[in-house]
Amino acid sequence: MKPLIAISAIALMLGGAAPVFAQSSHVPAGTKLAKDQSFTYWLQDDLKTLDPDLSTSKDGNDVLQQMFDGLYQQDDHGNLVPAMAESFDVSDDKLTYTFHLRDEKWSNGDPVTAQDFVYAWQRLADPKTASEYAWYIELMQVKNAHDVIQGDKPVSDLGVKALDAHTLQVTLETPIPYFRQMLVLSSTFPVPEKVVKEYGSDWTKPEHMVSNGAYTLKSWKIGESIEMTKNDKYWDAANTTLTDLKFIPIQDLNQALTRYQAGELDFVQTPAGQYPRLKDEYPDQAHAPPRSCVYAYRFNVGPNGPEALKDVKVRQALSYGINRDIIIDKILKGGQKPAYSWTHWATAGFKAPDIAYAKWTDKERMDKARELLKEAGYGPDHPLKLRIMYNTSSDHKKIAIAVQQFWKQLGVEATLENFEWKVYLDKLNTQHDFDVARTAWCADYNEASTYLDVNTSWSDQNSGQWSNAEYDKLMKDSKTAADPQADYTKAEQILATDMPLAPIYDYSLPMLLNAHIKGYPFDNVQLNWYAKNMYRTAK
Amino acid sequence: MIVYILKRLAIAVPTLLVLIIASFLLMHAAPGGPFTSERQVPPEVLANLNAKYGLDQPLWKQIATYLSNVVMHFDFGPSFTYKDRSVNDIIAQGFPVTLTYGSLSFIAAVLVGVSLGVTAAIKRNSWLDYFAVGISIGAQVLPNFVMAPILVLIFTLTLHWLPGGGWSFDDPRFWIMPVVALSTSYMASIARITRSSMLEVLNSNHIRTARAKGLPSRKIILRHALKPALLPVISYLGPAFVSMITGSVIVDVYFTTGGIGKSFVDSALNRDYAVMMGITILLGTLTILFNLVVDIIYGWIDPKIRY
Repeated sequence: MKPLIAISAIALMLGGAAPVFAQSSHVPAGTKLAKDQSFTYWLQDDLKTLDPDLSTSKDGNDVLQQMFDGLYQQDDHGNLVPAMAESFDVSDDKLTYTFHLRDEKWSNGDPVTAQDFVYAWQRLADPKTASEYAWYIELMQVKNAHDVIQGDKPVSDLGVKALDAHTLQVTLETPIPYFRQMLVLSSTFPVPEKVVKEYGSDWTKPEHMVSNGAYTLKSWKIGESIEMTKNDKYWDAANTTLTDLKFIPIQDLNQALTRYQAGELDFVQTPAGQYPRLKDEYPDQAHAPPRSCVYAYRFNVGPNGPEALKDVKVRQALSYGINRDIIIDKILKGGQKPAYSWTHWATAGFKAPDIAYAKWTDKERMDKARELLKEAGYGPDHPLKLRIMYNTSSDHKKIAIAVQQFWKQLGVEATLENFEWKVYLDKLNTQHDFDVARTAWCADYNEASTYLDVNTSWSDQNSGQWSNAEYDKLMKDSKTAADPQADYTKAEQILATDMPLAPIYDYSLPMLLNAHIKGYPFDNVQLNWYAKNMYRTAK
Repeated sequence: MIVYILKRLAIAVPTLLVLIIASFLLMHAAPGGPFTSERQVPPEVLANLNAKYGLDQPLWKQIATYLSNVVMHFDFGPSFTYKDRSVNDIIAQGFPVTLTYGSLSFIAAVLVGVSLGVTAAIKRNSWLDYFAVGISIGAQVLPNFVMAPILVLIFTLTLHWLPGGGWSFDDPRFWIMPVVALSTSYMASIARITRSSMLEVLNSNHIRTARAKGLPSRKIILRHALKPALLPVISYLGPAFVSMITGSVIVDVYFTTGGIGKSFVDSALNRDYAVMMGITILLGTLTILFNLVVDIIYGWIDPKIRY
């Protein structure tokens, strides 16, 4: 069959064919497509790397998943869909996964093999690569990951093997129910072994880079743009409509908005507080879908924290005292939701426990908070004094000022401390030198443990050094439980009672999206978008 | 003259060495490090990172290794932040951009600034003088972070003439706003310095003599007044040229040009020790070089100056 006929045949089979030329299965019949199938996406920060094994950011993931196919991708609702993994088998003890791979080609024409996955995963764990995301493969519970990263075992001992060119076998340390969900992240993508070995760290330069996804790299200029073009060798190229992608990094949201208004961007996040105005102005372009991240104030209960916060009554009082509705309605105004649990409300399968204070009225919460503080021994003669730490940013500052005012009504004297990003991180995670700190957490995969694991006593992310034996046990048990969701709900209940942190709001992504760009997955809570599923309609 | 130049270049070496060591120590003294991230890296991973980038070595050894790589191989090392780029790559990508818009800004600032200054001085206290002084004060008080959004508002959002950002070496439309935003305040300074020094020169004895000889005023100004009047301007231009061609963070950030002005500031924020050092050395070398150039031009313009 000649290629053109083949394409038409596929298109006909998929039912979305237009009479003249094949139209992607993602495009409803009768849609008038624009001639120019380009999409320009805004990035907050410049990408630090295009190497899947080294990437560490959500933005990086957004970019890389256009260029690479991992084992799985997500559909518009965040459900897993096969990418490279056409099917899989799992052993009865849930420790061995065997993936059967699609027959796919790298953009240089070489076949993608199971060995490319083995090489990529070994490279991720290899101490010589020194990937900041090496911990992800530990989190995936891949066998011997910890020892390999530490240099105690050779990379060949990592629990990943190519049984043949199209069969990949992964062995886990302990079974985890959400293992396959974790395979969407760019850290698990295959890399072309031959090319990486030939060019070393230069392999991601446009002239050398080879990838297996729907798009290939055209150019990357730090601080200016990243450009990609459609990969005609991609297995599903017939169903890929957008032909050119461009990513532009602009740190300042107001300036990004200007570029959007000038028609130079098709997507941009709206600046804090401006969403309602923009929604009025651009009703067909403004959206605020939920985004799987949470914003919270963490209490330092560790040795460097203040004595007062070691008292659970004080922590409860402080959390009760925060009026989440005012923060959302008056400051953020972009579709965020008040948070009383640490896990984002829209996380797949997650059921939040019944948290009493979430339903109290403003007055009830404040009365209860005052009462608790009094019981803890604080009052007008002996006011509670605390420091609120945040990294320098006007949005964090606004929230900190609001919280300071809420707590003032309880007789708490809070002072604000802001630090430049790296200094803040050092104080938060390394020195643990803070009383109350603003933190946020975003999901690595769409399952509650991505949030809840953070608060275990062994977690590196537990910056407040909270430790609760019951919580630890629940999280440990959840790894092997038939229904981990029940454990998650119980764990959230402990958080809501013992209050190591005060959740404040669940994120949304208030944004403007060109009205002609269709197929953006608003219902995918991680907002994992794939340009190959999107298209541009004619004006 | 040649001995003088060689002497100056010889002094440049220890100067750069002090600059490198001082920046190195200051940078390492700043809290946090290149691998401090929101997602705390586990100790075993951090150990690997430190080993890969040599941060597990004692500080004196790090400096020594760094210096030997720079001197022997002209290798500034890999970037700590941009994992698959070296410092050389980053400078090679960003410097041509800032060099282009920086040189154009320099030319624009000198041409407009000197003309305004000279006109103002010659037509002192006339409307032309007030006009020129007005413009230069206006340009001085409008910082580029205010200029840039105003320009975009006018030329991109309202008139749709120019792209609001980005960079292309082939399309001058991308250069215009960065050049205007960067050059105005330099232009204003040049105009002010030119005007005051021109006024001083116009009142000096040799100009009075030239007038008394009956030389046409055009000749007096171009041949006798301008040269000495430009001396203070030139000493300003040396460092100004360096800071223009190494870019401005405001211009780079606002117009997403991809220049090294932004890389420099980002490297400090990210604790990207290698990029930070690389650009510091570039800046330092250029500054030393252009100060020397200024001194040579001095000698050429003013015969009284002898080396």
